[in-house]
Amino acid sequence: MSDSAGTAPHYTRPLLPTPFHERARALSQVDSFVPWAGYTTVDVFTNAGQEYFAIRNACSVYDLTPMVKYRIAGPDAGRYLNRLVTRDLRKLRVNRVSYCVWCNDAGNIIDDGTVFRLGETEYRLCTAERQLDWLLDSAIGFDVQLSEVTEEIAALALQGPTSCAVLKKLGVTGIERLKPFEFSCFDATGMRLMISRTGFTGDLGYELWADPRQANQLWDALMTAGRSRGIRAIGSRALNMARIEAGFLMPNIDFVSAEGTVRVGTSRSPLELGLGWLVDFDKGHFTGRRALQEQMRQGLQRQLIGLDIAGNKPAANALLYADRKGQREIGSVTSAMWSPTCKRNIALAMVDAPHFAMGTTMWAEVYLSRELVWERRMCKAQVVDKPFFAPERRRVTPPGDF
Amino acid sequence: MNAVATARAAYDCIVIGGGHNGLACAAYLARAGRSVLVLEAADRLGGAALTREFAPGFRVSAGAHLLHQMPARLIEELALEKHGLRWAAQSLPTAALAPDGAALLLSGSGPESIEGPVDREDTEGYARFMALMQRFAAVMNPMLEAVPPRLGTERWADRLSLMRLGWRIRRLGRRDMRELLRIAGMNVYDLLKEHFRSPLLQGALGFDAVLGTNFGPRAPGTVMTLLYRLAAQHGAGARALALPAGGLGAVADALAGAARAAGAEIRLTAPVARVTVAADRACGVTLQSGESIAARAVVSSADPQTSFLGLVGSEHLDTAFVRRVHHLRTRGLAAKLHLALDGLPKFSGLPAAAHGARLLIAPSLDYVEHAYNHSKYGAHSAAPALEITMPTLSDPGLAPTGKHVLSAIVQYAPYELTGGWAGQHEAFAQQLIDQLERHAPGLRSLVRERELLTPPDMEREFRISGGHWHHVDLALDQFYAVRPVPGATQHRTPLPGFYLCGAGCHPGGGVMGIAGRNAARQIIAGEPAQ
Ligand SMILES: Cc1cc2nc3c(=O)[nH]c(=O)nc-3n(C[C@H](O)[C@H](O)[C@H](O)COP(=O)(O)OP(=O)(O)OC[C@H]3O[C@@H](n4cnc5c(N)ncnc54)[C@H](O)[C@@H]3O)c2cc1C
Repeated sequence: MSDSAGTAPHYTRPLLPTPFHERARALSQVDSFVPWAGYTTVDVFTNAGQEYFAIRNACSVYDLTPMVKYRIAGPDAGRYLNRLVTRDLRKLRVNRVSYCVWCNDAGNIIDDGTVFRLGETEYRLCTAERQLDWLLDSAIGFDVQLSEVTEEIAALALQGPTSCAVLKKLGVTGIERLKPFEFSCFDATGMRLMISRTGFTGDLGYELWADPRQANQLWDALMTAGRSRGIRAIGSRALNMARIEAGFLMPNIDFVSAEGTVRVGTSRSPLELGLGWLVDFDKGHFTGRRALQEQMRQGLQRQLIGLDIAGNKPAANALLYADRKGQREIGSVTSAMWSPTCKRNIALAMVDAPHFAMGTTMWAEVYLSRELVWERRMCKAQVVDKPFFAPERRRVTPPGDF
Repeated sequence: MNAVATARAAYDCIVIGGGHNGLACAAYLARAGRSVLVLEAADRLGGAALTREFAPGFRVSAGAHLLHQMPARLIEELALEKHGLRWAAQSLPTAALAPDGAALLLSGSGPESIEGPVDREDTEGYARFMALMQRFAAVMNPMLEAVPPRLGTERWADRLSLMRLGWRIRRLGRRDMRELLRIAGMNVYDLLKEHFRSPLLQGALGFDAVLGTNFGPRAPGTVMTLLYRLAAQHGAGARALALPAGGLGAVADALAGAARAAGAEIRLTAPVARVTVAADRACGVTLQSGESIAARAVVSSADPQTSFLGLVGSEHLDTAFVRRVHHLRTRGLAAKLHLALDGLPKFSGLPAAAHGARLLIAPSLDYVEHAYNHSKYGAHSAAPALEITMPTLSDPGLAPTGKHVLSAIVQYAPYELTGGWAGQHEAFAQQLIDQLERHAPGLRSLVRERELLTPPDMEREFRISGGHWHHVDLALDQFYAVRPVPGATQHRTPLPGFYLCGAGCHPGGGVMGIAGRNAARQIIAGEPAQ
């Protein structure tokens, strides 16, 4: 995107525009932009609540371009990735996607992301943060080539119940046959698109990967195709609400990247984050395996769980106690919201053993400001199943026509 | 899978590499009743401590050429003398050659004394200095010979061994303790300037501090490397600098004898291609020939990079661990020159009787520092520092009657020479002979054949990646409790059943056998007998 950056020295533009910036700027009504991985991106277009309802009830468009993308290719690419992440990727077929986490030697999470198998020996890894140093270090001893391709690919997330219908309208033939975590290439209105049935909302949805030179064309075509299906551009704030309902974790909110922590005991393992289902001890060695096995042997000291909290006040950052008096502290909330769809006051929280067992009750210390008069409330909370929101339609193929 | 591998395992332990540490490890394991197989890639034993022919009828210790660090206790425990180890010379003195004028002779044993062109102050100072250094060496010796503690653990054994070290230093008394703490991090250049006036004496002592390291005498930490050398020598006892009859290969032969006598099997020309891993355990090896051999544990005396990156493979190890191994500094700086001589050269300024000594060309600290400078920029020294032995003076069997062998360690010759060694090998060898000719006029005409081994040559011949004396450079960050890397100290590695026993472990290179012995102990403790 050197053209949009112009000829001015790079330091005069610390944040880059994404290929969709022009369109986003035009739609932005509250001028709320936030930096993300070196790009300026929309936090809110108009109103986060309205944008949230577009995700849940119609169809939302979210600019995903700053998502860091790596191309991993070479004869050892598969073996390399299988040693990098905790999941068994030997089973990942071409045209399939896998959600993965990877750990440092101590078994603590560095980041999560999605692995796309593009070919027999070619993969793409998408992550929230830049990871090139770790990826390169992990490549010692493997015949792989690694390169960052973030700028070469423009990406949009199209999420919500009407997303499939919108793509059909766009002329993406056969999109209804795409299964969850599958991707394929399509030709639509003169564009070549890679589309994956993936997303961060826990609902029916797709991610579109395109040539950045066709960004405006893609955006306009989608908006036109989606007009009758309630399409709406959304910012990060609305997406964050949806991802909490879906029980997805956010780096630096629900955990800190293990290579970025300084204090002892602040890194988190996938087992502690409730991601044990992503850890496969039988697939051969991967970084952190021995440490995780040791953690299994010793038992978990804490775990991230879902909470249902009494009342309707979001328990953001609340400390959690075993007793109502608040004398035995047992953890804290990492993400919290009133879920409009579930009609529940939900939270993700890190809780010490043994309080993370399903059904355990505890107390959340919630602070409320009533016109700057602060009030402290102890709200009863219960450990519940995650995700909080998981509609059947997210899995059904072909998707219903909403 | 693991159960199957274990049930079929032919050996309790496979030792990769028949260098002196591998053989010592095998001997101790076998003596403890373990069934052991040693697999050596080369067609002879010894690794970098070997004797071989380099010209028709001429044999030389082609790697290490002096034995001065092997603990007397180890020689006794393994009854190496019973297994054929004989001495051609012991307690060799050192002669510091002067560019012009008389050489300085340093005694090889007993009270440290000095003869030659130094004043009384230096003479007395030398005795005092060496006495102090010997006291420090005595304190350090147990630390050198024991398995280092792991850092940051809560285990009592680890804390205790740190406390013991502290206690030994404390027991030196206030004055000595203060002095040790003052000088421990210093460079040897400054220390020697404090103590002595004679450049020749300073040069000789400074050279010992940097021999086999990647430092010049002005580098911080070189007092430590000097103390380290003396501490190892302390364990060797009165024998001090010695020439085994038949060269250093005789040490390997005696170790092999001890290992075999205890039941170990040794196979030559058996290069290991990979360590077999099943169910997250080392359970044998596959040879380059394709043959697989199962064992309940595997110990490698190859250097850590070869062991982990080559034989085990990153695939079975964690990323940060692999990064640490990958980043180890392993590039050697020492070369080796071997001359087959038609007669005995005569070094000027050196009494005839002293020609069998260890000869040094390191006439001043600045000389050595200058020699080092070149290597920083990818060049070999214009005027290198040399340690020379002429073993045929005490061990005439190494050459045809009346002929002689000269063996010299040459510093500095970088592994990565700008422009490559291929085009400069010949000229460098020539330059070294010219240099020797200046010290021993007429030497050139005696040279019948010569062989120069640069670090890349030694990498090929000894299979040491980087061709480094210590496998892994001996410096504070690759030292003691963090040697070779955190996660692989105490001879154990992250891969269960896989151990290290070579010079890459504490206490480092030099023909000592300590790494081999200590590794055997860890294996015996960690792997229950079958
Ligand atoms: C130029 C030079 C001069 C030196 N001079 C002295 C000296 O005078 N005095 C002194 O005490 N020390 C000296 N040293 C140091 C000393 O030689 C070494 O530190 C010591 O020999 C190391 O012994 P080791 O058994 O640990 O390893 P090595 O001797 O390196 O033995 C390792 C063995 O493993 C084998 N091996 C490697 N890979 C494989 C494989 N894949 N399969 C099977 N086998 C394999 C190798 O062939 C080798 O035999 C000198 C070193 C150099 C380089």
